[in-house]
Formats: sequence, structure tokens, C-alpha cells
Amino acid sequence: MSYTLQFGQVTGYLPYLAGGAWISLQIAFLAFCGGMVIGLFGAMAKTFGNRPLNRVVSGYVTFFMNTPQLVQIYFIYFALPDAGILLTSYEAVLIGMTLNAGAYLTEIQRAGFESVHRNEMEAAETLGMSLMQRVRYVVLPHIARVLFPPLSNQYILMTLGTSMAAIFGVEELTGRAFNVNAETFRSIEVFSLTAGLYIIVTLIATLILGLFGRYMFRAKMRLY
Amino acid sequence: MLARIVAEAPEFFSYYNVVFLLEAMLATFALSAIGCVFGFAAGFFLAVSRRTTSHFLLPLRTLTAAFIEMFRRIPFLVTLMMVFFVFQGLGLDISMFSVALISVCLIATAFIAEIIRAGLESVHRTQWDTAAAMNMSLIQTLRYVIMPQAWKIILPPVFSFFILFIKDTALASQIGVVELTYAGKVLNNKGFSAALVFGAILILYFIISYPLARFGARLEQKLAAARNS
Amino acid sequence: MPQLEILDLKAAYNRQPVLENITLSVEKGEIVSLIGPSGSGKSTLLRVLIGLLPPIAGQVHLDGERIDYGDKRTLRALRDRLAIVFQQYNLFQNMTALQNVTIAPTKVKKRPAREVEEEAKTLLSKVGLADKFDAYPDELSGGQQQRVAIARALALKPEILLLDEVTSALDPELVNEVLDAIRLLAAEGMTMFIVSHEMGFVRELSSKVAFMADGHIVEFGPPARIFDRPEMARTRDFVSKILRH
Ligand SMILES: Nc1ncnc2c1ncn2[C@@H]1O[C@H](COP(=O)(O)OP(=O)(O)OP(=O)(O)O)[C@@H](O)[C@H]1O
Ligand SMILES: [Mg+2]
Repeated sequence: MSYTLQFGQVTGYLPYLAGGAWISLQIAFLAFCGGMVIGLFGAMAKTFGNRPLNRVVSGYVTFFMNTPQLVQIYFIYFALPDAGILLTSYEAVLIGMTLNAGAYLTEIQRAGFESVHRNEMEAAETLGMSLMQRVRYVVLPHIARVLFPPLSNQYILMTLGTSMAAIFGVEELTGRAFNVNAETFRSIEVFSLTAGLYIIVTLIATLILGLFGRYMFRAKMRLY
Repeated sequence: MLARIVAEAPEFFSYYNVVFLLEAMLATFALSAIGCVFGFAAGFFLAVSRRTTSHFLLPLRTLTAAFIEMFRRIPFLVTLMMVFFVFQGLGLDISMFSVALISVCLIATAFIAEIIRAGLESVHRTQWDTAAAMNMSLIQTLRYVIMPQAWKIILPPVFSFFILFIKDTALASQIGVVELTYAGKVLNNKGFSAALVFGAILILYFIISYPLARFGARLEQKLAAARNS
Repeated sequence: MPQLEILDLKAAYNRQPVLENITLSVEKGEIVSLIGPSGSGKSTLLRVLIGLLPPIAGQVHLDGERIDYGDKRTLRALRDRLAIVFQQYNLFQNMTALQNVTIAPTKVKKRPAREVEEEAKTLLSKVGLADKFDAYPDELSGGQQQRVAIARALALKPEILLLDEVTSALDPELVNEVLDAIRLLAAEGMTMFIVSHEMGFVRELSSKVAFMADGHIVEFGPPARIFDRPEMARTRDFVSKILRH
């Protein structure tokens, strides 16, 4: 019962922790970009691909969506060396997060593709637009508007998800929080400060993405 | 890698290990299920409290909004640590399972409150207005008019959240809660190869999650087609 | 003393004023018709009266007592005496026609269910829906929904009834039926606010007519004056256009 809060001891670490938050954002960004590429191919394969390809992609998506990211990374980090694939913890985390993101982003992008309605295309055709024009002026803006909100939410979720990298010794925000905790033993202070940083970072991300989406794509969104 | 898995398999699937894994599966399921049931009750209360209008309740609305906004933005791992250290700081001796359960409850409450808020808002504003014009109280409006229309909007995402958390509770292994991921680490430490152990753990998660996900998708379709009553 | 008196009322949606300088009074048993072009604020005035949009200035007096729209208790007392039929009917989508009519009397006014149900069936039969008790709103046509909404409001036995274009979705035959019902209510001494485009009806039945435009009451007076000797150019314009149809 004798715990007294002493934030004084940990505020000095604020820049160190904020640096960690920056790394978290970077990891999320890398995994997100990788996931987007996988997701784009995955969504195209699911929408336009032949049956075997469709099966493979569906299997990948279903498997990754129904198992925990943490255990996926464990497998990559601890089991793949048996098969001769040696990865650093940072690489394992990044690959795991990217593959995981790829599964979710496949589903999100597929839904976006499917929301382009045939009659919208036909309406554009009756206006005398060429195929390229239709894609450029009708399909892409539509897809951007539909996809921007769920993609933004996914990015924010992934930023929070990066905290599990700490388990593998990556020194992002949570990892650095563990370090500061080990040095100061002011656990409650350290982790509330860390929680506060996550809140601030994701709030800023929400704000920026929200404004960006509203002005770039006129996306109507109530973001994360 | 394969040869080693085959060689270890008989020993891995010993009676003791299988029971151990089943218990761990149960813990994984229970953490998420209990958390979501609690989160639904508490989240409903929070979502409704945000719809009150009296000046007197303004502090409640503000706190509720802050709670929802904050706990959705803290990683589960960090919430776990906070809950763990707060109880330690208070000198209260509770089990690691309780720490994890409390953490899940906190986060589930915030997320489900947000889902329910959106569900309540999905019912057209004129339905709220009409009920108000007929002098229905907030409780009556919810009970007779809004919830009968909103539940089918609310249920599918709540169910998705429940499935999501079956996987996210893997992080509870970090504070020593004996759930599925922790069981994997224990068996791995006993000398079984990582490929066998974590491969098996992945499959076990899949066995819990996949049928529930299928059920959730069916549920969503059924509800979308269902009449409003 | 007027039963309902509105003084210099002002209302806004998100700071955008939609009603300004609204002043009018109604005696018990009178029918006040609100006419005017689309968007002039007729529905908004009814919404303000029943407390769905708090006015930002001005006063409303009911039987000489000022209504404080910010106060829950007076608001409840007010809504106990008023009922509204919305322009868009706003039936509860999750309830049958019968349930829509019985819900408030049983749950809010706590009257015995059996009695309320009998009454509700009588009301619904009166508006020609004897075979639709168990139909849901999405199984009813617009006109049928509108009639359920009328029955629902009447089941509340209000002293003052607010009717927002209650004949807009009805075919001519039904229009007459509904108008007859309104005449009957008027004869029984119920006070009514009616938004309507049925100029013949407005003229015949109204005690007073308010012509609204751009959130103002341009002219307020007995129907003969508004229709035959309007003072304002706007009114003349509107009346001549609408009577030509
Ligand atoms: N919910 C709302 N939010 C913002 N503005 C509104 C809202 N409802 C109505 N308005 C605006 O208020 C003004 C008055 O609308 P109102 O519905 O009272 O007109 P009305 O006279 O009933 O028209 P109509 O004959 O078409 O029913 C309009 O300019 C309208 O755009
Ligand atoms: Mg109107």
C-alpha cells in the first residue's frame, strides 16, 4: 500500500520514449507498406484470379487471420532456423507483421474492389469515356474514397500492434518502456507515460489521416 | 525440420501434454469470452450514459468519452503491464489470470462501448425524436424502440472483437498466464522443437478461431436479412 | 386567455437560424393552419413546439404558463398534452401497426393493455386499416403508414394535435376520409396545428392561417383575409400560385 507516484524520476526519459514511439510508427509503416503490396496482389488474385490461385490466397488469408500474430512471429523466429532460415529478431518481427498485415489488407482491398459497381462503370461509358479515363476518373477515386477509412484504421491498429516487438527485444516504445522500468523501477509511472504516448501518437495519426482523407478523397469518415 | 517433428511427435502428444494444451485452450477461450461478456454489459452502460442529456451527468459523459477514447489507444501489452504493476503497487496479491482478465475487461469495455455507440446511432434519429415526443424515457426508448433495431448492427462487430481477442490474449503469456501461447513456450523449453510446438499452437488457435469466424460471418448474413423485430 | 401563445420565437439548426420572430396565439378548439413554400420552416415550428428543437429565444405559453424547454419536468408535462404526426410518419420500424399505436399509452401512460388495445383497434379501423393490425411499417404503403401515425397520435388523447402534411401521401378518396376525421376532432374541441397544402380544406376549416416564408410568419389571420385580401405581396404571390392548381 506504500506506493507513491513519482513521475519526476521518469520524465527525464520522455525524449527517449518519444524516440521509441517514432520507431513504432516506422515499424508500423514498413509493415503496412509491405502488407499493402501483398494485399494488392492478394485482392487482385481473389477478384480476378483462377481457382487454384484463389484457393492459395484464401488459405493464406484465413490462416493468418485466425492465428495470433505473436505466435506467428514465434514460429518465424524460433522454428525457421531449423529449416536453415536465420533471422534477427527485428527481421522476424517485421516479416511476421508484414505477412499478418498482408492478410488483413487483402480482405480490405478486395472489399474495396467489389464496391465498384458495374453500373457506375457503365454510366461512365455512356458519357463516352475511354477505358483509361474510366479507370482514372471513376474507378480509382471511388476506390480511394471507399478504402481510405478502413486502411487508416488498420494503420492505427498496426501502430498499437507494434508493441509486441518489445517481446523480441526491439527497442520501440514498449521496448524502451521496459528498459526505463528496469532502470528506475517506477513501473506505474513508466507504463502510464507509455500509454499516454500511444494515445497521443494515435490521436495525432487519426487527426492527420482524417483531415487528409476528407480533403484528398472527400472520404466521409469517423476514424478510429 | 520435418524429420525432427515426426520423431518428436509421439512424445509430444503424450496424455499429460494433451491435457495441458486443452486446459490452456480453455484459458484462452475463457479470457476472451468472460472479458467480452463483461465488456458488453459495461460497454452498454457507457454507451447509454453518453446519450444522457442532463447537465448533472456531464462529468459522467466526459469520463466515459475519455475512457473509451483512451483504452482503445493503448496496446494490450501495455495495459497488461499497467494493471499488473498497479495491483503490485497496491500490495494486492491477485493471480496473473485475474490481471489478464481485468485487462481484457478494460479494453473490451472501451471497444464494445464504441461499437454499441455506433449501433445506437445507426438507428435513424427520427426514431429517437418520435419516442421523445411521446414522452418515452431513455430506458423505454432503448428497450422498446432502439435496441430491437440496433442489436443486429451491434452483434456482428462485437462477435468479431471477441474472436480478435482470442488471438490478442496470446500476449498474456508475457506475464505468465497459462494460456495457449504460454503452454507453447513451456513445451518449447522442455526441449520440443519450436517448429513442432509453435506449429501445433498455431493450429490449436486456428481450431478455436476459424469455426467462430465462420459462425460470425453466417450470423452477420442472417442478421442482415432479418426483419427489424 | 389563449391556450397556446408563441412570442417572438427563434430557432436554429447548428447556429443557422430557421425560425425568426414567430408570434401567434391559438384559442382552445381552434385550428391553425401553417402554409408556405417548401423549406419555410413549417415542420420546424412543430418540432419546436413539442420540444424536439429547443428555441434559442422567445417564449411559448401554455394556458398562460411559460414553458421552459430546458426543464425535463415541464417538458414531460407539455408532451403529455401534445401529440404530433410527423411529415415522414416516423413509425417505429420494429413494431406492428397495432404496437405502434399501443406502445405509448401502455408504457408511458401506464394504461391497462386490454383497454388500450381495444381503443387502438377501433382507431385503426376508423382510418381504414382494420386488416393491417399486424403489418410492419415496411409492409405498408406510404398512405397506410401515415394513417397509422394519425391513429398513434390520437391514441394519446392529446389536447393539442400537431399534424404535418398528413394528407400528402394519401389518394384523393382517403384524403377526404382523413379530412373528415379532422373535422370531427375539431368539432369535439381539439386544438390543432395543421401544415397542409390542401387549400380548400385549409380555407374551410381553419380558424386562422399563418403564411410562412424563410422562417418568418409573413401574415397571420383568418383564412378569408389570407386568401382573399392578403396584405403582403409574398402572400398574394403564393396564394395566387397555389389556388391556380
Ligand atoms: N435536421 C436539420 N438540420 C439542419 N437544417 C434543417 C434540418 N431540418 C430542416 N432544416 C432546414 O430548416 C429549414 C426549414 O425546414 P422545414 O422542414 O421546417 O421546412 P418545411 O416548411 O416543413 O418544408 P416542407 O414543406 O418541404 O416540409 C430548411 O431550410 C431546412 O433546410
Ligand atoms: Mg415540412
